[in-house]
Amino acid sequence: MTQTLEAEPRTQDAVSDDTCFARFTNVQKSYDGVELVVKDFNLDIRKGEFVTLLGPSGSGKTTCLMMMAGFETPTHGEILLKGNPISGLPPHKRGIGMVFQNYALFPHMTVAENLAFPLEVRHLSKEEIKQKVQRALAMVRLENFGDRRPAQLSGGQQQRVALARALVFEPELVLMDEPLGALDKNLREEMQYEIKRIHASLGVTMIYVTHDQTEALTMSDRIAVFNDGIVQQLATPDALYEEPENAFVAYFIGENNRLQGEVVERVGDACSVRLDSGEMVSAKPVAVGGVGSRTTLSLRPERVSIVRNGETSFDNRFTAKVQEVIYLGDHLRTRLAVCGNEEFIIKTPNAEGHSALRPGQEIEIGWSRADCRALDA
Amino acid sequence: MSESPTVPLTTADGVPLKTSLRRAVRRSKVKAFLLVSPLLLFLVIAFVMPIFDMLWRSVDNPEVSSTLPRTVAALEGWDGESIPGEPVFAALVEDLRVGQEARNLGLLSSRLNYEKSGMRSAISRTARRVGSLEPPYRESLIGLNEAWGELDTWKLIKRESSPYTVSYYLAAVDRQLTPDGEIVKVPEYLQIHATLFWRTFWMSAVITAMTLVLGYPIAFLLANLPLRHSNLLMILVLLPFWTSLLVRTTTWIAILQSQGVLNDMMVAIGVIADEARWQMIHNKLGTIIAMTHILLPFMILPLYSVMKTIPPSYMRAARSLGGRPFLSFRRVYFPLTIPGIAAGGILVFILSIGYYITPALVGGQSGRFITNYIAYHMQTSLNWGLAAAIASILLFVVIVFYWIFNRLIGVDKVKLG
Repeated sequence: MTQTLEAEPRTQDAVSDDTCFARFTNVQKSYDGVELVVKDFNLDIRKGEFVTLLGPSGSGKTTCLMMMAGFETPTHGEILLKGNPISGLPPHKRGIGMVFQNYALFPHMTVAENLAFPLEVRHLSKEEIKQKVQRALAMVRLENFGDRRPAQLSGGQQQRVALARALVFEPELVLMDEPLGALDKNLREEMQYEIKRIHASLGVTMIYVTHDQTEALTMSDRIAVFNDGIVQQLATPDALYEEPENAFVAYFIGENNRLQGEVVERVGDACSVRLDSGEMVSAKPVAVGGVGSRTTLSLRPERVSIVRNGETSFDNRFTAKVQEVIYLGDHLRTRLAVCGNEEFIIKTPNAEGHSALRPGQEIEIGWSRADCRALDA
Repeated sequence: MSESPTVPLTTADGVPLKTSLRRAVRRSKVKAFLLVSPLLLFLVIAFVMPIFDMLWRSVDNPEVSSTLPRTVAALEGWDGESIPGEPVFAALVEDLRVGQEARNLGLLSSRLNYEKSGMRSAISRTARRVGSLEPPYRESLIGLNEAWGELDTWKLIKRESSPYTVSYYLAAVDRQLTPDGEIVKVPEYLQIHATLFWRTFWMSAVITAMTLVLGYPIAFLLANLPLRHSNLLMILVLLPFWTSLLVRTTTWIAILQSQGVLNDMMVAIGVIADEARWQMIHNKLGTIIAMTHILLPFMILPLYSVMKTIPPSYMRAARSLGGRPFLSFRRVYFPLTIPGIAAGGILVFILSIGYYITPALVGGQSGRFITNYIAYHMQTSLNWGLAAAIASILLFVVIVFYWIFNRLIGVDKVKLG
């Protein structure tokens, strides 16, 4: 089995077989035999890694997680866990911990009974169960809540219990399906650090599903961005943000300004693009064809500067008209009309000495070629 | 407001807040009451009043005191040790003469006949001759009918002269009062009600269990299938509600009778011999089959309403935590459906012990319920007091079950969708 797999081309940054812990190979999934929800999913996960499947709803990320957990069967392809195919294994024999979106704590059991459940079905001794439950509760800092019912806990506490329950039987792999979706913003941030801390201290492998890019960026070792049933890009958080490989990733991760145009010249690490409004922009070709092909230029708002005192160091310089200024405390968000785009956003730090912009004002902006990525149209 | 809590709150113009609030909501309260009043009136007339009338009839005992007022008065100072003296007999003759003229001795004679057989003929014979009787009445009455010479007759008249009686309740559980006021069982050949009560309860329990066994998987499917399929299934579950109860019951007769569809089919494919057709109707089996079918929706719907609220992730969580499918079901899913089981169970059981038409049609002799005897006493034996007492016992049993259910589970759990 392993032999044939090695022969197949591995698309995204391949992990060598001895460090590979879990692997999706050419996984496809269809519910109705008409449409593929997951089109061709390949992913190698290293031991101890925190991998996030990120994507909008309906992109197939949860389906992939459910296939790993055993609640869905792949229509095609194979999922391997420590080198063994697991398609034939029922969920209860996979030994994978799972945290559900709504926590799925058993409402008729106390917190301690919830935690004891996976240990009881493994026929551990009473003494051992008691110890492990106490240790797991201590890990999520809920030592004194063992006798409560889930309904008597706050959302954040329920989330911790769900986490403890998924970890108490010491699985090597933990799956999380949008576990923080139901929490409010502050609690969500707190839980992100909590999960990170536990991940670091236990060294378990985690696959995390979310549609929240901030969550994905703060927590993950690597992120697989899903859309339309395929992985658009698999990379570390910084690479994903700094070097998006296609228009969807650029659009989905962080904010970005998009300019449509056509490649007119391509020389090595640079290309010239004529925008639909006529201006010429110098950009970095990333996912674009030869001369004559359509392209979307992607530009992060914070990489656009206001040009003053006749600075000339920018590859691209344009005159823009201020449309709207939004005050956000630490920075100002300014909407500009430039190159025919009325939704062009720039972010300027709210630092001393910055002159306030007013709607209607004409300013000059500039950006370097390296920050302007020419992606697929 | 920084006022101390002891000062009553007032509105801006000084009216106490509570008065003001009462005034503000009075209109909507009156409107709400007017909206429900037709139904309320209907329920009072058609439901509440009959129940109280029934409870009243089960203890009401007017016959002796109203038809034999003089006799009752004359018996006031009687010691109860020997046959009473001439004044009592004279009073009885006068009462019977008045009663004969007014033609209202029938109720009295049947009432006393319930308690002591032979009393009907004693009274009617005596009453027919009462005009020609000569004093001393003691001797002539005893000469006319020996019942008047028995101490028990007089003890009975004395006892039943009270306007209330428990004897209907005693009769409803196959007991009676001896002339000396002890409670004893009626002779064995007259014992029928206790057996019927017992049969009604155990057969209702069997029917409840059957609906649970058959309904649980259906309710599970209803709650877990995709909407498109579950809607169709729900229509199938509700279909019986749109069919007349009588039609459903008689259909079972057509299917189960010895020349019926099922037997014919079994004979045709050679499972049973033509002479050995199964007897599946007009007995307990027929009642259980037909009532299980008819009451099934009342089990399925409460179960479904509870199962619908159990997210599939509970079972998934149990499976992912290492629970085998059956263990996960037993430890996680099943306990969560107990309120539904209890709600469906109590509903089916209560409906079942009060069911009349189906046991009457398919139950034959052995599959009858206590309700069929209520009808019998209402329509045939015309002993309404006894019918009322049996019905009151049923009502009491239902209330007890309901109370237990409410304490353990909560009535708010009974939902039909």
